[in-house]
Amino acid sequence: MARSVSIQRKIGMTILAWSVGLLIFFPILWTFLTSFKSELQAISIPPVFVDFHWTLENYRTIQTQSNYLHFMMNSIYLSLGSTVLGLIFAIPAAWAMAFSPTERTKDILLWMLSTKMLPAVGVLIPIYLLFVRFGLLDSRLGLIVVLFLINLPIIVWMLYTYFKEIPGEILEAARMDGAGLAKEIVHVLAPMAVPGIASTILLNVILSWNEAFWTLNLTTSNAAPLTQFIASFSSPQGNFYAKLSAASMLAIAPILIVGWFSQKQLVRGLTFGAVK
Amino acid sequence: MKLSLTAAAAASLIACVALPASAQTTLTIGTVNNSDMIRMQKLTPEFEKAHPDIKINWVTLEENILRQRVTTDIATGGGQFDIMTIGTYEVPIWAKQGWLKPLDKLGADYDEKDLIPAIHSALSNDGKLYAAPFYAEGVLTLYRKDLFEKAGLTMPEKPTWDFIAEAAEKITDKSAGVYGICLRGKPGWGENMAFLGNMAREFGANFFDANWQPQFESEGWKKAVSLYVDLMTKYGPPGAASNGFNENLQLFGQGKCGMWMDASVAASFVTDPKQSQVPDKVGFAPAPCGTDSCPNDGFNWLWAWNLAIPNSSKKVEAAQTFIAWATSKEYLDLVAKQDGWANVPPGTRTSLYKNPEYIKAAPFAEATLNAIQHADPSPTKDKPYYGLEFAAIPEFQGIGTAVGQQMAAALSGSSTVDQALKQSQAIATREMQRGGYLKR
Repeated sequence: MARSVSIQRKIGMTILAWSVGLLIFFPILWTFLTSFKSELQAISIPPVFVDFHWTLENYRTIQTQSNYLHFMMNSIYLSLGSTVLGLIFAIPAAWAMAFSPTERTKDILLWMLSTKMLPAVGVLIPIYLLFVRFGLLDSRLGLIVVLFLINLPIIVWMLYTYFKEIPGEILEAARMDGAGLAKEIVHVLAPMAVPGIASTILLNVILSWNEAFWTLNLTTSNAAPLTQFIASFSSPQGNFYAKLSAASMLAIAPILIVGWFSQKQLVRGLTFGAVK
Repeated sequence: MKLSLTAAAAASLIACVALPASAQTTLTIGTVNNSDMIRMQKLTPEFEKAHPDIKINWVTLEENILRQRVTTDIATGGGQFDIMTIGTYEVPIWAKQGWLKPLDKLGADYDEKDLIPAIHSALSNDGKLYAAPFYAEGVLTLYRKDLFEKAGLTMPEKPTWDFIAEAAEKITDKSAGVYGICLRGKPGWGENMAFLGNMAREFGANFFDANWQPQFESEGWKKAVSLYVDLMTKYGPPGAASNGFNENLQLFGQGKCGMWMDASVAASFVTDPKQSQVPDKVGFAPAPCGTDSCPNDGFNWLWAWNLAIPNSSKKVEAAQTFIAWATSKEYLDLVAKQDGWANVPPGTRTSLYKNPEYIKAAPFAEATLNAIQHADPSPTKDKPYYGLEFAAIPEFQGIGTAVGQQMAAALSGSSTVDQALKQSQAIATREMQRGGYLKR
């Protein structure tokens, strides 16, 4: 009896999981399909699903109009650069807060998160002025710093929760064996927190890759990433959905593939320590 | 071998370092993505060949993002853009704010007087030119000559909205997928409101009266919007509330529309055999009138995309050189040589409309010129603002888009025309009070 209930439950949960999965995936699927349609098919009512004349024309037009590789390389530089910089600052910070907390630690953590609560546009003009003054407009360095700063609270928070799960006694043992602070972090803490660090890296890369406010406002051409590549295909004569979809597919393809291959790592990291 | 490689590397390094020493100026041009701009990007190597000391750097952005980027840049003196494309809506506002450099060094052979007067005045402030047009449009009635013939109709020289309504009924054959009339329905100040603002003018009504009081509940707006919703519901394509210029272009090109009133640029697309299935069946007529004394003979639409120099640019001289080239007669000749006369950007120069080759290649030339020449956007005694299908005040963009949503709601049937207009009036009044045009 109990068994049959559990099978029913299993079937129910499977159907539910699949429906939710498909629901979330559908916009990407639809963008994918639209990118192979003609402009007329893209806006036809009723919509056509797969029964249309598949064409690569949109991808061809996009290639001739725009230098995709330039934008993609910038996206890679920006997301990796800001992530590496973020880890350099966040690992020691999270270590300190996780293993030698003070009574103000919780407040500091909250204060860091509170910087995420201000709408980005609120500081656009000050940041823009700073960029003008330091000659950082349209430079990768400037944008890496900004992306690093806006994601830093999230990285610190994530790493902090992972580090909290690691028993302090192990670190103490390392210290007993004569490990210094650097050795302790690099050789003892880091290896144990690999799943956590990996998922932090992935999440941060994804966030930086998709960041569209600062990247659009602080770059023109030299440092412009894929967000600007997509924006350039929006036209005042109305949206050409098929071409926009093709541009979007090209923009999300690299991160989608990376995400696909590392999903195990990502899920493991995100649920790390959730079940004890 | 190793030595020669090192030498070659060193030589190329020196070459790389030496190049900028020739004082090359790089101009950054911020632009929107439209077909004429894409063509200009393709032709820039010709400019760079003629001016080896200037290099052009194109940045294509979505219209609203571009506007936000450039205003930030101007306000902070960032100097990121040397040239930008702006519409006729921005030019008077921005020139007044002191955000644009006057174009006073376009060169002796630029022939400023050749610019079509309506456009020239639209881009000037206090007698100085602040932007140079590379493309302009008015409003036209496009119709299918074959369907008119089949229904036994003749397009009058000066159509009225009564005639258009009658023709739409006769042409519509929904079973064959032919809709009598296609009009913009997608909400937005540059989408459905451009058409409706123009249509309301054809019924004698403006956005605001002489005292800046919004006019959405006036007789003219009521008549115009009621007819619009009625025609589109009975004879229009399904889902019209999401159709913009581009969607209607596709529908008309597929032979699904009997009539279409929209920007004159549509004519060059629907007569192009590569983009249209009905290239030789299209007729062009003036914009219809809704009243006997219809202002501007019904032509109440004037739009141009222009090149202008933001005040924050530090390379004004080189920028003027490029603008002079891109909006010159020679540029038109260059496009004609590369892509044919039919693809030349229309509406900016009088001389183009005297060119027999252009008139032969572009059957819509005369109608377009007529539409642009009739459209006078200047303020009048009952219309305090500049513009026809828009009002050139900073508040209009927000008002236009909010009112556009009300109109789309009326079109899709989720509210009545009266409700939509009442709501529009309330929205516009509130915004105009906030803007300080009206007393609270």
